[in-house]
Amino acid sequence: MKYLDEYRDADGARQYAREIARVTTRPWNIMEVCGGQTHSILKFGLDQLLPEGVTLIHGPGCPVCVTPLELIDQALEIAARPNTIFCSFGDMLRVPGSAADLLSVKAASGDVRIVYSPLDAVKIAAENPASEVVFFAVGFETTAPATAMSVYQAARKGLGNFSILVSHVLVPPAMEALLSSPQCRVQGFLAAGHVCAVMGCAEYEPIAAKYHVPIVVTGFEPLDILQGVFMCVSQLEEGRAEVENQYARAVRQTGNQPAQELIRQVFTVVPRKWRGVGEIPQSGLGLRDAYAGFDAAKKFGLSRHTVEEPADCLSGLVLQGRIKPPECPAYGKRCTPEHPLGATMVSSEGACAAYYRYRGLAAVKAACETQ
Amino acid sequence: MCLAIPGKVTSIEGDDPIWRTGKVDFGGILKEVSLAYVPEVKIGDYVIVHVGFALSRVDESEAKQVFEYLREMEELSGFKEGGP
Ligand code: SF4
Repeated sequence: MKYLDEYRDADGARQYAREIARVTTRPWNIMEVCGGQTHSILKFGLDQLLPEGVTLIHGPGCPVCVTPLELIDQALEIAARPNTIFCSFGDMLRVPGSAADLLSVKAASGDVRIVYSPLDAVKIAAENPASEVVFFAVGFETTAPATAMSVYQAARKGLGNFSILVSHVLVPPAMEALLSSPQCRVQGFLAAGHVCAVMGCAEYEPIAAKYHVPIVVTGFEPLDILQGVFMCVSQLEEGRAEVENQYARAVRQTGNQPAQELIRQVFTVVPRKWRGVGEIPQSGLGLRDAYAGFDAAKKFGLSRHTVEEPADCLSGLVLQGRIKPPECPAYGKRCTPEHPLGATMVSSEGACAAYYRYRGLAAVKAACETQ
Repeated sequence: MCLAIPGKVTSIEGDDPIWRTGKVDFGGILKEVSLAYVPEVKIGDYVIVHVGFALSRVDESEAKQVFEYLREMEELSGFKEGGP
């Protein structure tokens, strides 16, 4: 496929790997923010092409994984209501809440439907005026324009039976939270290309300057990621800390203006709890008062309990890049994609699932040997 | 779920930017996609699509940059190695 296959060229990848080795004189820790990038890295074995000492740390960039337990429980509560159609992206269905998951609610006769786009949920609402239709709005800035448009279109169509359970999160505040932690090992970032396709690159400038970290906006294909690593290592070696754009074929400096406008019109920035990480100030999106009628949490008067994470899942440490999945004692033993203990094993973009899929139990052995 | 992939716009429907949609071809699979956020896009353009929305137009000249960068680096290092 055009704009896909050429960025997977093995010769090009080897050349980039050689160039990275040529400029590297010291060990460096680079975090790829986005779970999609983590997935590519493991699928194509990109981490194994890098010179010794250049380590890729996997970041918190999987919205499915960071959706807090409380919200999953709220989703379960809504989905089990009579006369309700609960719409969600497929990856959310097997994320464990504190007692069950959406799939088990579906099996117990809840009307849970997998949608590809939030607009599909709007369509379902228009076709089923007698039912409440709720969309589980999970995602980063990449997905926010789609959710915003679903609410805007539902408002224009006067669909009073449509609402969303919002769990939208924002990337830059999470990067800052990681950087200000004393345990932070990250020296440079590959920023998530598609987030920047929407938001542009400017909001990363203050972070690069304040923490003196290079931030390279990077795509998702093997050559993109390797070029991103090359640009990041070059900056580190030269002592620079700038925002650079590796993914200029899709990312404009100012991002997508119409998308940003609609996000601002429908949403406002709110504090948000990240699963495994805790509450991060100003790191989420919530509906503005003008659209409060579309807020499922308000509409159904959901309980606001707090829930503790299961103690034997170390996904919090995984999401913060402090351990790699095979270092978790449950990995591949009590926790597998068939029986996940944590969200990072469920979502295809979760680091635990990506390791398990591409490295299996061999990764445990490798992790033991390097310790 | 953050996956966004490039595809080619093969037809466009509607004038109002909010409701404008297009058929996008992903290697033979056609999908209807909202073009609300890419008012500049024309038939034949490639767009990056995520959950039913085109988020940006793929810039043809920037797309070659990944390969040009590699070529330039090679020339530079070849020049250095071959130099005195
Ligand atoms: S392997 Fe399973 S239990 Fe361990 S951190 Fe990952 S999701 Fe949690």
